Amino acid sequence: MSNLTIAEILRNQGVSRRAFLKFCVTMAGLMSLPPSMAPAIAKALGQTRRPSVIWLSFQECTGCTESLTRSNKPSVENLILNAVSLDYHHTLQAAAGTAAEQARTKAMAEAYGKYLLIVDGAIPTKDGGVYSTIAGITNMQMLSEVAAGAAAIVAVGTCAAFGGLPHASPNPTGAVPVTHLVKNKPIINVPGCPPIPVVITGVLAHYLTFGTIPPLDKLHRPISFYGDTIHDRCYRRPFYDQGKFAKTFDDEGARKGWCLYELGCRGPVTHNACATSKWNNGVSFPIQSGHPCLGCSEPDFWDMGRFYQPLAQPGTPLSKIALAAVAGGAAIGGAYGVYDRHKRNKHLQTHEKVTVAALEEKP
Amino acid sequence: MSGLEWLMWLRGPGLKWALVIFLAGLVYRVIRIISSGKSRDLSVPRQPYLMQGLLCIVRRSIFHPGMTHRGYFTLISGYTFHIGLLLAVFFLQQHILVFKSILHVSWPALPPFAVDVATLVSITALFAILIHRILDPVVRALTNYQDILAWILTVLPLLTGFALMHPMGISYTAAMVLHLASVEMLLVVIPFTKLTHMVTLFVSRWYNGALGGYRGVKT
Amino acid sequence: MNTNPAVHTLIEQIDSPVASFFSSCTHCGMCADACMFYTETQNPLYTPIRKLELMRKVWWQEYTFWGKVFKALGLSRAVNDEDLRRWEPLVYDSCTLCGRCSLVCPMGNDIVYMLRKMREAMAASGYVPSDLKHSVKNTLDKGSPMGVTPQTLKAQVVHIERETGRSIPQDQKGAQYLLLLSSAEVAQFPEFLSSVALIFQRAGVSWTLSSTCFEATNAALHMGSSDLAAQILQRIVAEAERLQVQTVISPECGHAYMALRWEGPNLLGRSFPFEVKHILEVLSQLQDEGKLLTHTRESGRLTFHDPCQLARRGGINQEPRKLLQQVAENFVEMEDHGTFNWCCGGGGGVGVNERAKTLRLVAFNRKRKQLEPMNVDRVVTACSNCRNMLEDGLEYYHMDNIQVTGLTEIIAAQIKRDDVTVTRGE
Repeated sequence: MSNLTIAEILRNQGVSRRAFLKFCVTMAGLMSLPPSMAPAIAKALGQTRRPSVIWLSFQECTGCTESLTRSNKPSVENLILNAVSLDYHHTLQAAAGTAAEQARTKAMAEAYGKYLLIVDGAIPTKDGGVYSTIAGITNMQMLSEVAAGAAAIVAVGTCAAFGGLPHASPNPTGAVPVTHLVKNKPIINVPGCPPIPVVITGVLAHYLTFGTIPPLDKLHRPISFYGDTIHDRCYRRPFYDQGKFAKTFDDEGARKGWCLYELGCRGPVTHNACATSKWNNGVSFPIQSGHPCLGCSEPDFWDMGRFYQPLAQPGTPLSKIALAAVAGGAAIGGAYGVYDRHKRNKHLQTHEKVTVAALEEKP
Repeated sequence: MSGLEWLMWLRGPGLKWALVIFLAGLVYRVIRIISSGKSRDLSVPRQPYLMQGLLCIVRRSIFHPGMTHRGYFTLISGYTFHIGLLLAVFFLQQHILVFKSILHVSWPALPPFAVDVATLVSITALFAILIHRILDPVVRALTNYQDILAWILTVLPLLTGFALMHPMGISYTAAMVLHLASVEMLLVVIPFTKLTHMVTLFVSRWYNGALGGYRGVKT
Repeated sequence: MNTNPAVHTLIEQIDSPVASFFSSCTHCGMCADACMFYTETQNPLYTPIRKLELMRKVWWQEYTFWGKVFKALGLSRAVNDEDLRRWEPLVYDSCTLCGRCSLVCPMGNDIVYMLRKMREAMAASGYVPSDLKHSVKNTLDKGSPMGVTPQTLKAQVVHIERETGRSIPQDQKGAQYLLLLSSAEVAQFPEFLSSVALIFQRAGVSWTLSSTCFEATNAALHMGSSDLAAQILQRIVAEAERLQVQTVISPECGHAYMALRWEGPNLLGRSFPFEVKHILEVLSQLQDEGKLLTHTRESGRLTFHDPCQLARRGGINQEPRKLLQQVAENFVEMEDHGTFNWCCGGGGGVGVNERAKTLRLVAFNRKRKQLEPMNVDRVVTACSNCRNMLEDGLEYYHMDNIQVTGLTEIIAAQIKRDDVTVTRGE
C-alpha cells in the first residue's frame, strides 16, 4: 500500500487542482450533499491514504465490471478506480494462476483489517459450494477468508446484493447473496444488473472520503442512491398521473413518450437512481429509450412475474381458475341446496301437529 | 418478507385465492339459495308472474312514494356510494387492465381526475352512512359487529386506492401492498357477510316480484 | 332434530326466498318507515325486520358458515323459550301482516312472507296471544270465532227475508256461487247479506248460502298455524264440494280471501275443484257484463280504504275503483292509496287481541293523518275487520262524523228497491 494520499495520486496522474475540485463537487452531488461540502471532501481526500481494495468475482457475468470500466472518456469512475490500489481482480489484473492468488494473500496480509472488499456475483452454497471454485477454493470459503480481514464489504450488482440470476428459481446451485453468509461486517449493497457506474464510485468515494459507510436502507442500500423509486423521479411520470399510457411498443402513445406502465414498467416499485443519474455519462436510461424498467435492482426481480405484464395485473393467469371457482361454487351450492331441501323435508315429516288442546296447555 | 415480496404474493397467489373464494363463495351462496327451493304454490296464479319478478328487480332501484328522511338519506347516500365505487372499480385504467387479464375484454377508462372525484365522493358517502348508522336510532338498533366490519372492509380499498394514486409520504410499493391486501380481504369476506347482497339482492327482488306477481300485485 | 318446537318449525319454514332475504338484508332500517307501528311510536323495536330476529338467528345458525361455527363453539346460543316470550308481542301485537314493509325494502325482501312463517313457529311453541287462541278454539268448537252459530245465521236470514221480502237461497246444490260470511257480517253488519241478495237477484245470479258452514274467517291463519287453519278451511271446502258450486265467494274480509284464495290450496295440499273470488271481483265481473244495474249515484264525498289482504297482498286494486266510479259522484283517493295504502291497524289478528288495543289505536294515528285532509263524509272499505277498526279508531280520535261503509252496501243502496216483485220462497 502506497503512502500517498488520494489527492497526491490524482495530481501525479495529471489531474489538475481545478479538475480535482470539480470531481469533489460531483461527488458531493452524488452523495446528496450540498455543493458547499465539496471543500470538505477535497480536504478529506487530501488526507486519505490510498486504500487497498480486493475485488472477488463469484457467480457473475462480469457485467458489473464492464459497467464500471467501459466508460468512453475519462470520468469520475476512472478517477476513483485510479485512486485505489486494486490489489486483486480476476478480470483486470495481469497476474494469473498461483501468482494471482499470491497477490490476494499478500494484499490481505499487508492490510489485514483495513482493506475494502468488493464482491460481485452470488455465492453457491449447495453441496458444499462446489459449483463455483477459484484455484480449487470454493467461493464460500474464499468469501469467508477474505471477509474476515475486511474493514467493510461492498456487494456490487444484484447477484452479490440479492442473489440475482443464480438465485432465480429454481436456484440449482443454492446461490445466496453476501449478506446471507457474512454477518459481522458492515455490508453495502449496490444492486443493479449492472449497477450504475457512478453509483458504484459514489459509494466508494463516500467510504474513501469519510471512512464510514453511508446511511443505508433495510436492504443495505445507500439511501442517497436508492431512496427514491424510478417512478418518483421519472420524466414520464406526468403521463402516469394523467392516465396516458403506451399500449404497445409502436403505438401513438409510445411515439409520444407516454408512460410505459401498461407495458410492464417496474419503475413504481424499483429503487434506483437511473432516472436521475442515467447511464453512459448521463445520455439516457431504459425508460427514456422507450423500454419499461425491469426492476433489476430489486431482490428476485427475475421471479417477479412476466416483465411485460403491468404491475396492476395479476401475477398469474386467472381466467381458468376463475371459471373453475364458479363451477366449483355452483357444485357446492347445488349440493348444499339439495341438502337444505332434504333437511327441511325431514323436519316437515317429523312435524308435530298444532292442536287447540296443546295450545291451551302452553303459556 | 420485503414490501416487494408482499406485493408479488398479493398479486400472485393472494389474488388468486381471494378471487377463487370470492367467485366460488358468491356462486355457492346464490346456487344454494335457489336450489334449496320452496314448496310449489297450489293456488291458481292471477297472471304470469315470471315477468313481474324481473320487473321488480328494476322497480326496486327507483325511489318509492311516501319515503321519509331516513328513506331519502339511505337511498341517496347508498346510490352515491355505490355509483362512486363502481366508477372507481370499473373505470380506472389500472383496474381495467386487471379485468382484461381475466375476462379478455377491455373498455375505455375515465380520466384519473374523474376517478379521483368518484372515489372521494364514495368515501364521503360511506362516512355519512357510518355517522347515520351511529346516530339513527332505528339503524343503530339493527347494527351488529358485521355491519361495522363490512363498513371498514369497504372503505379501506377506497382509501388505500386513493393513497396509491396520490402517494403522500408512502411508497408506491407500500400503498400497492395495502391496496391489494384490503381488496383481497374484502373479496374474501363478501360471500360470508351481508355484502353478499351484491348478488342475492337480485334473487330477493325476483322472489318479491314473483310472489306478488303471482297474486296480481305489483311490488 | 331440534327439541324446541319453534326452532323445529322454523327449519320447516325457512325456504329459498327466506334464505335469500336474510342474505340480502343490509340493516338499513328503511322498513321501519313503512310500518305504522314504528312511525306512530318512533320505537325502533317495531322495525319490521327486527321482529324477525329469532328467525334470522335460526337461519344464521343452521344455514350459514359462520353461524354454524359460532353455534358449534358456543358463541351463539340457540333460540329458547325466553326469546320466544319476549318476541311474542312483537310478532303478534305490532304486526298486522299488512305487507307494506315488503314494498319498500331496497333489497326486495318480502318481510311479511317471513313474518307469516315466524307465526308458524310461535304457534308451534304456544307463544300466541290468548285472544287468538280463544278465537281459534271458538271457530273449531262453535263454527265461528265470535261464537256466532248457524242458529244465529238462521235467525238473521229470516229477519232479512222478512224485512226485504227477498228470499235468501240456502243449501242449493249446483248453484254457481256459494257465498260465505264473516261473523261480523252476521252479527254486526247484516246489511251486507241483504245487499248481496239484492244485487244478485237483479243480476240474475245463481247463488246460495250454506246453513251449516258460513264462516269465511280463519283465526288460525292470524295465529299462523297452518295445521289449524287447514282444519277450519276443510269445512268450507267440503261444503263447497258437497254443494257442487262453481265459485266460492269470500265476503268483505281481507284475510278470509287470503285464506281461501291464496293459502287455501296450499293449506290442504291440493287444488280446489271450484274457483275462489272476493265479492268485489264478482261485483266487478257483473259490472263488466252490464248486470250491475244501479240507478243513482251516491253524492257524498267518499274515499276508499284498501284492505291490505285484498290490495297489497291479494291483487284486488282496480275493482273497487271501477265499482265506485259507477256508484259515487264524489270519490276521492287518499295519498298512498292502493298497493301503498296504510293499514288500519286491526288486521292480522291485532284487532281481536285485547293486549294490543292501546298500540293499535296509537298506530291508527297513521290512518287518521291519511284521512284527515280528505275531508270526506264516508270511508268505504271491503273488509269487516277494517270496518270495525276504522270505527274504533275514528271514535278514539273524535272523527266519528266520518261514516264507515262496505262497498257492497254502497252499490246496493244505488239500486231502486220499490219494484221488488219477488215472493217469499221463490
